[in-house]
Amino acid sequence: MTINTHPTLPEFEYVRPETLAEASEFLTRYPGEARPFLGGTDIFVRMRDGLITPNFLVDVKKLDGTNDLRFEPQAGLTLGAAVNMNRVIASREVQAHYPLLAEACRSVASYQLRTRATVVGNICNASPAGDTIGACLVFNGVLHIHEVNGLRQEPLAEFFLGPGKTTLKPGDIVTAIHLPLPPKGCAGVYLKLGRNKLSDLSLVGVTALGHPDPSLPSGYRFRLALASVAPVPLVPTQAETYLANQPITPETIREAAHLAAEACAPIDDLRGSARYRKEMVRNLSAKALSEVWEKLK
Amino acid sequence: MAFHKVNVTINGEMEQVVVPSNMTLMRMLREILAFTGTKNGCSAGECGACTVLLNGEPVNSCMVLAVECDGTEIITVEGLAGDKQLDPIQEAMIQEGGVQCGFCTPGILISSYALLKRNPNPSEDEIREALVGNLCRCTGYVRIIESVKEAAKRS
Repeated sequence: MTINTHPTLPEFEYVRPETLAEASEFLTRYPGEARPFLGGTDIFVRMRDGLITPNFLVDVKKLDGTNDLRFEPQAGLTLGAAVNMNRVIASREVQAHYPLLAEACRSVASYQLRTRATVVGNICNASPAGDTIGACLVFNGVLHIHEVNGLRQEPLAEFFLGPGKTTLKPGDIVTAIHLPLPPKGCAGVYLKLGRNKLSDLSLVGVTALGHPDPSLPSGYRFRLALASVAPVPLVPTQAETYLANQPITPETIREAAHLAAEACAPIDDLRGSARYRKEMVRNLSAKALSEVWEKLK
Repeated sequence: MAFHKVNVTINGEMEQVVVPSNMTLMRMLREILAFTGTKNGCSAGECGACTVLLNGEPVNSCMVLAVECDGTEIITVEGLAGDKQLDPIQEAMIQEGGVQCGFCTPGILISSYALLKRNPNPSEDEIREALVGNLCRCTGYVRIIESVKEAAKRS
């Protein structure tokens, strides 16, 4: 067997439509053969490894609105599909209103990769390890999707079907992710465990968000999202519900972390074993919830 | 496979090249334009040896298609020095002994140059974070980090 240590990209045609309608039409005409791409940081690696062999790559980075990063005080944040992660991190509005999202972006790979990597690409890639997905989930993100028949919106919580699998159909192009206004008085944290301190893929990622909510028995609402511990980015609703109904104490936080660990279904892989991941979900969830609780008190 | 005409400014000079769809910016620089200072390490966006500035921002040139660079401005390691004067980061790297085999050096110079542009006085943690995507297998990084600190003092 010949090992090519510097595999070049296999042959494909580069297509750059002028409009979203043209892009959706092209993608519908070549289902299975054409795929949209943004920064290419995942797709190029998989193409070089021979895992996917698209005949057409459709560049959707110059299309209507995909480069906009817009915050509206009444409506929230709309993040265009082509907005790279460094732009998200540097945005004053993101820093002011969604620091958790900036924190998640900062944990991704390296500065030069983040010049190309996008949040929407991270979402569409649908890796359970996606670092920025948790923040989008706990802020109740909604995807804006362009399809042949027009536009539709889809809650991020219903988007993931399996590793690399989403509800997207041929012709669908995610043009933006919208995050509603953050809950009043909220605090969040993203704890990422990798094999090294910076830049690695997450072995386990825990996103936690909390905010006062007088309508709940505990007076607080906590959100959790777990990366790399299930076929899809996981929201352990049992843990969230538990904390909505119990007074927040070190003991109830530990119990919620236990429920989070019980909810996940990790696998063994070269980065870590399933058993280790489950233990880390327990520890990191407790740590994340405690840190958020400290900020809220 | 279709070929595309690409107009691009490299180190201040206008170039027009014709590239196939699957050619990366890294290969265009090395194989068509002979800017071999840009190195091919991992071809997966991890090692940073191919880092160049694309419209002022560092990118892994192995992860960018050449055809996407139409109308852009690129700076490679060859473009850092003036006619008779090295850039402060290059001088500092020589002075502090931040180079051993040299393979990672072009990418490290570009990443450091970009860091100092956006943050002229970085802390050691900020330097480490900015260079996390540039792997060096020789030096253990200490002298590289010292070089960036020295360059910050000079510029």
